[in-house]
Amino acid sequence: MSALLSVTDAHVAYGKVEAVRSVSLEVGANQIVTIVGANGAGKTTLLSAIMGILPLKGRVVFAGQDLARLDIEDRVAMGLGLVPEHRELFVTMNVEDNLELGAFRIERGKAKASMERVYTLFPRLKERRKQLAGTLSGGEQQMLAMGRALMGEPKLLMLDEPSLGLAPIIVADIFRIVTELRASGVSVLLVEQNAQAALKIADQAYVMELGEFVLSGKASDIAANERVAASYLGFQHEGASVL
Amino acid sequence: MNTTIMLFLVQDGITNGAIYALLGLALVLVFAVTRVILIPQGEFVTYGALTYASLAAGQMPGTAKLALALGIGAFAFDLFAARKALHGRLILRSVLTNIVLPGIVLALTVYFAAQKPPVAICIVLSLVIVAMIGLYLYRVAFQPLAHTSVLVLLIASVGVHLALQGLGLLFFGAEGQRGPAVLSGSFTAGALRFTGQSITVYGITIAFIVGLWLFFGLTLYGKALRATAVNRLGARLAGIRTTLSGQIAFLLASVIGALSGIMIVPITTLYYDSGFLIGLKGFVAAIIGGLVSYPLTAVAALFVGIVEAFSSFYASNYKEVIVFMLLIPVLLLRSLAAPAVEEEKD
Repeated sequence: MSALLSVTDAHVAYGKVEAVRSVSLEVGANQIVTIVGANGAGKTTLLSAIMGILPLKGRVVFAGQDLARLDIEDRVAMGLGLVPEHRELFVTMNVEDNLELGAFRIERGKAKASMERVYTLFPRLKERRKQLAGTLSGGEQQMLAMGRALMGEPKLLMLDEPSLGLAPIIVADIFRIVTELRASGVSVLLVEQNAQAALKIADQAYVMELGEFVLSGKASDIAANERVAASYLGFQHEGASVL
Repeated sequence: MNTTIMLFLVQDGITNGAIYALLGLALVLVFAVTRVILIPQGEFVTYGALTYASLAAGQMPGTAKLALALGIGAFAFDLFAARKALHGRLILRSVLTNIVLPGIVLALTVYFAAQKPPVAICIVLSLVIVAMIGLYLYRVAFQPLAHTSVLVLLIASVGVHLALQGLGLLFFGAEGQRGPAVLSGSFTAGALRFTGQSITVYGITIAFIVGLWLFFGLTLYGKALRATAVNRLGARLAGIRTTLSGQIAFLLASVIGALSGIMIVPITTLYYDSGFLIGLKGFVAAIIGGLVSYPLTAVAALFVGIVEAFSSFYASNYKEVIVFMLLIPVLLLRSLAAPAVEEEKD
């Protein structure tokens, strides 16, 4: 079976500076794949380029179709969703309107059912459905951003640092929901600095350093890797380095 | 001064202010969605007014031909943009909206212009013609620049304004025109006399504001427009095309402009270049509203109208000066309230 998303030899540059170099990755159906790495490694840049926000050199194939000529909106319509690091919510509009707009490309009848599903996944959003998005707490905003992306019925959801700046209880909640998504047939590409939590729920993992993948494999193997443990999981070993 | 004069001036001011309010709202809308400061808004007013007046006088307005010419231009842009992946469906849709539609409208215009059509047909044709011009202008002049800075968009906007004004002179000549009243007759209430036309202005303005409010508050497309204004990237990630939002914004702005023109032209004689000053007063209101607030813009527009009415009574030579001077204290206050200007993000 071919992968849902496959990226081959991707380069992304800001002017002359290459932020991502020769990266290849695959996400299969019903999989959680995580990219871990330090701040500035190029993880966010890579996700943005896969979504079409930044120009990418290389090949990106999603659900059997080459994405090269497609705009962000077309990729959304194909079932590729991104929850960006800054969430990009419609802050002056209420929760329900934010969700409704997430289903802009979906038939109205289906959108109603999607909203019920999102509300079951995030009961907190249902309680606050008439509240303005900008007045929500950080955790609720993250839930809303994920909910809005799910309204578009994605086959693959890309999450950029969903745990950033959130309380541990909420982080646990969000990671639990990510595993529930996999169970309901949505694949997830998860970019995280919180490597420990990400590796625990992921199937496959890539380790990114300075714009390149330096390690890849089953998440459990990566988590067991001594050098990864030293660099990202907070265990100290003498003289350990990933490279 | 006696109360009658004062009431009369206030009434006059509110009539003009209502029109400035519509124009100001259109400016805020277009700026919020596309970041274009719509200087050609005034030309939409003149085109609407003079197309209506020409048709009512049994003349053929050149704007119908301009719509077709711009439509062909828009079609060429569509073809060029889709050159790498030409679909039959895409081309067919582009031909229908950019060439067939203005072609039909041109044929209808030629047909009706020859036989002095009734007022209702003149209004509908003028609105459709100007709406198409607005839509195609966005495709030709602004959509290719959508990713550039506000300054570049402003320069394009000035260019479009100058071009449209020149074409206005070509189409309508240097002579002013007046159109027939939409509603004739009048009634008096106390000292005030209300003409059918001023009642039309109030009615249409209120209906349009309520209509816009419902559109933005309740419909999916209205919400999508607001979403694009609030967060462009967020909107794109939800699958809302920025070009679609831009088209809707320009369509609304051109219809509002044309409608304003049709409402004014029975009251005052309009020339090919009168629209600019009228649009500019809507702009003053929009600036007072900070180019973001709709209610503030509407209130400011009424204020601008009333100030204009009083200054044309007391110091008619300085009428425009006084209106535009309103901007100085507003800008001063705004700069004091927000000392640091945020850098433009996207």
